[in-house]
Amino acid sequence: MVNVIKLHKGLDIRLKGAAEDSTFSAGTVSHYALQPGSFVGLTPKVVVKVGDKVLAGDPLFVNKQCPEVRFASPVSGTVTAVVRGDRRKVLAVEIDADAEQKYHDFGKSDPAALDAEGVKKVLLEGGLFGFINQLPYAVSTTPDTAPKAIFVSALRDMPLSADFEMELKEPSAASDFQCGLTALSRIAPVHLGVGRHQQAGALLNARDVDINVFDGPCPAGNVGVQVNNIDPVNKGEVVWTVDPTAVIFFGHLFNTGNVDMTRTIAVAGSEMKQTGYARVKVGAKIGEVLGDNVKTDRHVRLLDGNPLTGCKTTADGYLGAHTSEITAIPEGDDVNEFAGWIMPRLKDFSTSHSYFSWLFGRSRKYDLDARIKGGERHMIMSGEYDRVLPMDIYGEYLIKAIITGDIDKQEQLGIYEVSPEDFALAEFVDSSKLPLQQIVRQGLDTLRKENA
Amino acid sequence: MSLRNYLDKIRPKFEEGGKLHAFKSVYDGFDSFLYVPSETSKSGASIHDAIDSKRIMSIVVIAVLPAMLFGMYNIGYQNAVYAGKLADATFWGMFFYGFLALLPNILVSYIVGLGIEFAWAQWKKEEIQEGYLVSGILIPLILPVTIPLWMLALAVAFSVIFAKEIFGGTGMNIFNPALVARAFLFFSYPSKMTGDISVWVSQKSICGLGFNVGQIPDGLTTATPLGQMAQGAAVPFNTDWVTGLIPGSVGETSIIAIAIGAVILLWCGIASWKTMLSVFVGGGVLGAIFNATGSLSLPWYDYLTLGGFAFGAVFMATDPVTSARTETGKWIYGFLIGAMAVIVRVLNAGYPEGMMLAILLGNMFAPLIDYCVVERNISKRANRLKNK
Repeated sequence: MVNVIKLHKGLDIRLKGAAEDSTFSAGTVSHYALQPGSFVGLTPKVVVKVGDKVLAGDPLFVNKQCPEVRFASPVSGTVTAVVRGDRRKVLAVEIDADAEQKYHDFGKSDPAALDAEGVKKVLLEGGLFGFINQLPYAVSTTPDTAPKAIFVSALRDMPLSADFEMELKEPSAASDFQCGLTALSRIAPVHLGVGRHQQAGALLNARDVDINVFDGPCPAGNVGVQVNNIDPVNKGEVVWTVDPTAVIFFGHLFNTGNVDMTRTIAVAGSEMKQTGYARVKVGAKIGEVLGDNVKTDRHVRLLDGNPLTGCKTTADGYLGAHTSEITAIPEGDDVNEFAGWIMPRLKDFSTSHSYFSWLFGRSRKYDLDARIKGGERHMIMSGEYDRVLPMDIYGEYLIKAIITGDIDKQEQLGIYEVSPEDFALAEFVDSSKLPLQQIVRQGLDTLRKENA
Repeated sequence: MSLRNYLDKIRPKFEEGGKLHAFKSVYDGFDSFLYVPSETSKSGASIHDAIDSKRIMSIVVIAVLPAMLFGMYNIGYQNAVYAGKLADATFWGMFFYGFLALLPNILVSYIVGLGIEFAWAQWKKEEIQEGYLVSGILIPLILPVTIPLWMLALAVAFSVIFAKEIFGGTGMNIFNPALVARAFLFFSYPSKMTGDISVWVSQKSICGLGFNVGQIPDGLTTATPLGQMAQGAAVPFNTDWVTGLIPGSVGETSIIAIAIGAVILLWCGIASWKTMLSVFVGGGVLGAIFNATGSLSLPWYDYLTLGGFAFGAVFMATDPVTSARTETGKWIYGFLIGAMAVIVRVLNAGYPEGMMLAILLGNMFAPLIDYCVVERNISKRANRLKNK
């Protein structure tokens, strides 16, 4: 019998346009890019030049502080550009894909026969190691860290997010997933978090892992929440967190010797003409994936990710390395709503009973736009964050400690246990409209610099 | 949409370099008051809850309205009672008399308070904060209707500047601004804040409405039940204490009107039920103890219905900014206020009304209470590391 952990705090936001359980036929993609920004906390050093031919799996850039961590090209083709932004920061390495994909052969290996160093070596050589994130700081990790445990959350429960079980339906996905879990278990004990409604055998019968079922509203699927409820991070400790799709990439590398970053993403949102699940490779150009699937009758916000944690992007943008969905919601900058402070606003969603969403029950879905719907204020209401933060942490006090730059207090209040996405729902419900995810990110970055 | 177009047309005048840029905060304030800001998020969450601080403050003002409307009626009613002409008075006559008597207080409170807020926001180049919308209506309701307007203006100015803005505005203040205004008047001009009916009852006819109170009949000279008790008189329970037809500060007399407000605040989740309940529990428990030990002749529930106890518990103690912010802390904070209010009333005959001081004391202790609660979480985390 698996361990069931019940969580009570949180909030499921029901948005229109959740991905249907059907195939979305993505367009032919020939332009790809790997973006260092997908790997949080990374300072990249580009190791290819424009015009270079690369195979899928060849490194495009490495971690400057730790050059053995390479970042593999998702496709074979020709490097066409190294896009740089302010202060020559590398934004993306762009590649024109070959029609016929060629893979760098790293050789098969059986993870069960390897030790921790052996597993790390395979992942480092294959350029996939950077897909592993760590707590504290919620950044892409390096091999010199010694994790006390590794957490994989197979539950994605943010609004409009992709169901990982759709990914497991692919023919070799289940065996790759198990192989990846076995590989990780050679490094440290692996905890697999599963949602209450998930039934896939690959999850419930997974071997070499400790399975915990999380029963509760969003953000029960956040890996940080799962860490906090199973084995919280103390000062000086490190845990690794791995996206379940990355586990499949890992397993595929061990099983076939190839790096294949093809994944199943959800195409969702009220502004998509058709929703569904598409098979694409990491770094695909979003416009080429979607074709003309985005509605054009009003201003639309395209997101690389879900509406709570995703980044704003455009048709010219590229799919992020950890992105499991592309969503389109109304932008809302062309909406003029009169006297919102007193109107009933029946179409809007609110957790507050001063609106009427409570009347319509749980079946009603909402079409929310990207407006902030209020001015930024100091923290006024109390207990708002804690209602949607199922962690043993005083969210308000932690945020205040970050705003005031009090590092001792941040440590005492558990900043090592959180990542920005854990505060995504708090940012949604916050009546003072503070940019909480940005505040937490800045706090973590500062702390990492101070502790370095 | 023509109003929207007009606002967009005049916007450049208020931008930096425009003719009217000194009023930018005022323009923004009115613009966001009329239309929900169409600004969209740049990073982080792309969707947001429809709630904002404007909505919250509006709901609180709505919750106060029953107490305010009843207060207006009661002003007229008391005027008629003390003029000895209750039989001649009509319902609407009494209400409009009260309306006219209270209106100048409300106007002065808002004009002075919002004026300072607007100027301050412009000076700091910030958006206007909504907090004063609530304080501005609460202040006239916790004062006697007869308060001279210049004193009211002084108190409002004092509280907005020294209780709120110097701390950094709404959300950063330690003490409830409305209560600070009352405390300012209470200690600066005590003769206008407590005493006989000349303080509590409006006695002049206004615009032909109401009556000029002449000689006050014997036996009616002392005013509020609390005032009478402080002088050692035995005051039997009276249903008027619940309906509110007694002299007192404008908004505090009717338990029924306050209860309507309480329901609105609790249903909307704006006031904490934990704080509100524990204030009443604290007051009740202390009342029962004093009653049992003989220092108090009244049953415990009398103290919860009299004076500003209920109004304070519902509208003042629950102010999220100045109350305890942790859930455990709210229980302690509320209990402390309720208990302290009864202690002040019973043990200090000089202050027949203890609620104001109890809540201000509670405000002062709220950060300490929270500190202890949060410290428990901190030491738990520290122990987790030690026990490894």
